[in-house]
Amino acid sequence: MQRQYDVLVIGGGVVGSAVARELSRYDLKIGVLEKNPDVCCETSGRNSAVVHGGFAYDTGTLKAKLRVEGNRMMGQLSRELDFPFKRCGKVLVGNTAEDMETLQRTMAQGAANGASNLSIIDRDRLHELVPAVTGRFAMFSADSGILDPFQYTIALAESACLNGTDYFFDHEVTDIARDPEGNYILTASGLKYRCRWVVNCAGLGCGKISDMLGIKGYRIIGSKGDYIILDNHTGKLLPMPVYPVPSNTYMGIHVTNTIDGNVIVGPNAETVSDFSYYGVPKRNMEYLRESASRLWPHIRREDYIRNYSGILPKWVDENGVIQDFKIEIRDDAAPRAVNLVGIESPGLTAAVPIARYAVELMREREKFRENPGFVPERKGIVRFAGQSLQEQRRLIAEDGDYGQIVCRCEKVTKAELLKAIRNPLGVHTMTGIKYRTRAMMGRCQGGYCQMRIEQMIEEELGVKETNVLYGRRGSNVLVGRVRED
Amino acid sequence: METRDVVIVGGGPAGLAAAVELYKQGIRDILIVEREKHPGGILRQCIHDGFGLACFHTTLSGPEYAARFIQEAKTMGIPCETDTTVLHISGDKQVTVVNEKGIRQIQAKAVILTMGCRERTRGAVGIPGERPAGVFTAGVAQAYMNLYNRMPGREAVILGSGDIGMIMARRLTLEGAHVQAVLEIQPFPGGLPRNIEQCLNDYGIPLCLSHTVTDIHGDARLTGVTVCKVDENLRPIPGTEREYACDTLILSVGLLPENELSLEAGVEVDARTKGAVVDEYFQTSVPGIFAAGNVLHVHDLVDFVSIEAEELARGAAEYVREGRLRECGIELGAGAHVGYTVPRRISGGRDVTLSLRVKGELQNCSIVVRQDKREIARKNMKRAIPAEMIRIPVKAETVKGNGKLEVSAEW
Repeated sequence: MQRQYDVLVIGGGVVGSAVARELSRYDLKIGVLEKNPDVCCETSGRNSAVVHGGFAYDTGTLKAKLRVEGNRMMGQLSRELDFPFKRCGKVLVGNTAEDMETLQRTMAQGAANGASNLSIIDRDRLHELVPAVTGRFAMFSADSGILDPFQYTIALAESACLNGTDYFFDHEVTDIARDPEGNYILTASGLKYRCRWVVNCAGLGCGKISDMLGIKGYRIIGSKGDYIILDNHTGKLLPMPVYPVPSNTYMGIHVTNTIDGNVIVGPNAETVSDFSYYGVPKRNMEYLRESASRLWPHIRREDYIRNYSGILPKWVDENGVIQDFKIEIRDDAAPRAVNLVGIESPGLTAAVPIARYAVELMREREKFRENPGFVPERKGIVRFAGQSLQEQRRLIAEDGDYGQIVCRCEKVTKAELLKAIRNPLGVHTMTGIKYRTRAMMGRCQGGYCQMRIEQMIEEELGVKETNVLYGRRGSNVLVGRVRED
Repeated sequence: METRDVVIVGGGPAGLAAAVELYKQGIRDILIVEREKHPGGILRQCIHDGFGLACFHTTLSGPEYAARFIQEAKTMGIPCETDTTVLHISGDKQVTVVNEKGIRQIQAKAVILTMGCRERTRGAVGIPGERPAGVFTAGVAQAYMNLYNRMPGREAVILGSGDIGMIMARRLTLEGAHVQAVLEIQPFPGGLPRNIEQCLNDYGIPLCLSHTVTDIHGDARLTGVTVCKVDENLRPIPGTEREYACDTLILSVGLLPENELSLEAGVEVDARTKGAVVDEYFQTSVPGIFAAGNVLHVHDLVDFVSIEAEELARGAAEYVREGRLRECGIELGAGAHVGYTVPRRISGGRDVTLSLRVKGELQNCSIVVRQDKREIARKNMKRAIPAEMIRIPVKAETVKGNGKLEVSAEW
């Protein structure tokens, strides 16, 4: 039996989830096909988590326009969807006359893009803002900020889900066909899904899906960046992200504070053709440390807690020049298919404006009825850590599980873990629980709590131990029992 | 506010031994706070034997060793609050605890820090490569197997020759997994000689010194690791790469005292041990806050943890009774070939036993304690290795004035 949808969104990353949520404002049956076992497993979860000010891209591009819009709406969005966002500002630090010229040019470009609150600051002001930084002057973007990319994507996805969108995980689209009525037939995970509209939000897979839709010729390269994460006691020395002076195409290795007080160092940028290899080589770790230490001389080996990498899908022309975002409907080649290509940085900042732009293209072609039941608000899991003593007492009085600390480093309680295990999207991987609670993200990396969490997944969901996944498909944590009962 | 003479943070071997000894010293108003369901700490998952040789002159399993202290504490009626986590300790010894009944603050006269240690992770040592499932620290693999009845893998490589790594090599082998090798980046083993014999040699598991993992493969579950020989600066030697196909990588790459609560209380931490700086009473830089066991410095044998915690308890009891302890104005430091010493300050008024570790493997050497270049204690050793903690007594009458003491290894 075919499953019938009005719209199928391919890809449940930040953009796909934002598109699904924007579409759920209308009376449509919407499905999201995601190839991984959770949202934000790829580019959406593997980045610097910076909300950009809107100065780094050429005036007139979609990247510049949608980034400025995304920045402006982020405060409101974070309140509506209950994800952590902090408008902490950001500095681009320079030393030479040439640096100053570049910064002034960047600032002028920012102004032309409509970015606000940009200024050039001297050394004294810079050190007032970021005491521990090296540099003679800087461009300060007061409107830049940081967010939790996992919670942000999850919030968008859960909001879409609460408004009626179906999420299908482990559903990699392998074929797209059309029926005589012009509907699209998508094959994913061996099953067929029929829809009138399809939206390509496949991120790194955008070129492949575009080809399947019959829109040929997009050349996509991967730009891989590696990162090091530092212990959360380092965050007190870094109140805002510190970047070097940018070049045209690359923002440079920077240090970024995270919402939870960690510091991330990176990324480098390597062009890759394998979009699924996330290994971090030793030489890159050393290079990151050396480069970033020139900006912020507080990177100590003993503070390393983890490394990761991410890959940005960049659309390039035949000369290898990186192109703007492409958001299009090609009525000739693929009617009622919205094609999003090359959605790289600043896709995180701009996800919702990108989604609105895509939905507008659809509405220019078809009238959608409003969904009268649409609820814009979504509530996340209330965290124990970071609450006032009074609030913590209230939480425990309501639910004793809030008094059971399971993750010692991040002080995540049993109550939060249970809520995460029973999440609305039905995700039940270890990393899924991690992204939703921060358990296992601290300095001991699950050394204390991962067995308890694994056991909770088994017990709560009735999953057999050999079927508990770490993250991706095939990432089984255990091979069996020591002894059968 | 609730008050206690002594609050003990952590009901593992150090906390239990401290509690029992405090009771024997006449201190009755004691509370042990334990975050797990049961006391015993890491011993609960150490089902192998070899514990108790120094304290009980017999060989016990971890749970058996713990049970002796748990039983004694129970008989004495010392309360141990389980499933309860300490959230915060203030410099004036207010301890904030949380459990399912709520959050409360306890004002203690003395606080004993016995939180133990945690394992260094893959991220902390910066092992390159992909991040598949199947990479476990030795303690996590041990917990899965011994506490949760779960098998972590079938085909394993172990990185690091720490004691838990070697013990897990044997444990995995006994349960039908195949352990291909134990790799050690240093030119000497990290764990005790008896474990090399009983856990590796007895099972034909090779120990490869001066080798490390330089790459991890697998985008879902581990499929293999690349192993390299390292030079004298511990740098991988190009051309020595060897691939091991495996589904499991066990890391036994060091332990770190868990001092987050200590730091919040304002306790000064030693850069080398990563544990508190203590005096001969095991009192930290904050008066009335004491530390012993693996939270102070990582031990080789649990017996020494118990002995140290008992010494601590005698000091803490005196502190509770008198409100103060003798001034410890004589500093003590590590000299040539010695990694660290505990304590770092002594009074000179009592006999003390110093704990230390050497930096490298030494044959026919002496551990020498000097004050202002004058030798005041010596211990001759056929062999000294970093894996073994060394204890050396210093007599009070040999210490003169307030001159600094230095401990070094000589041959």
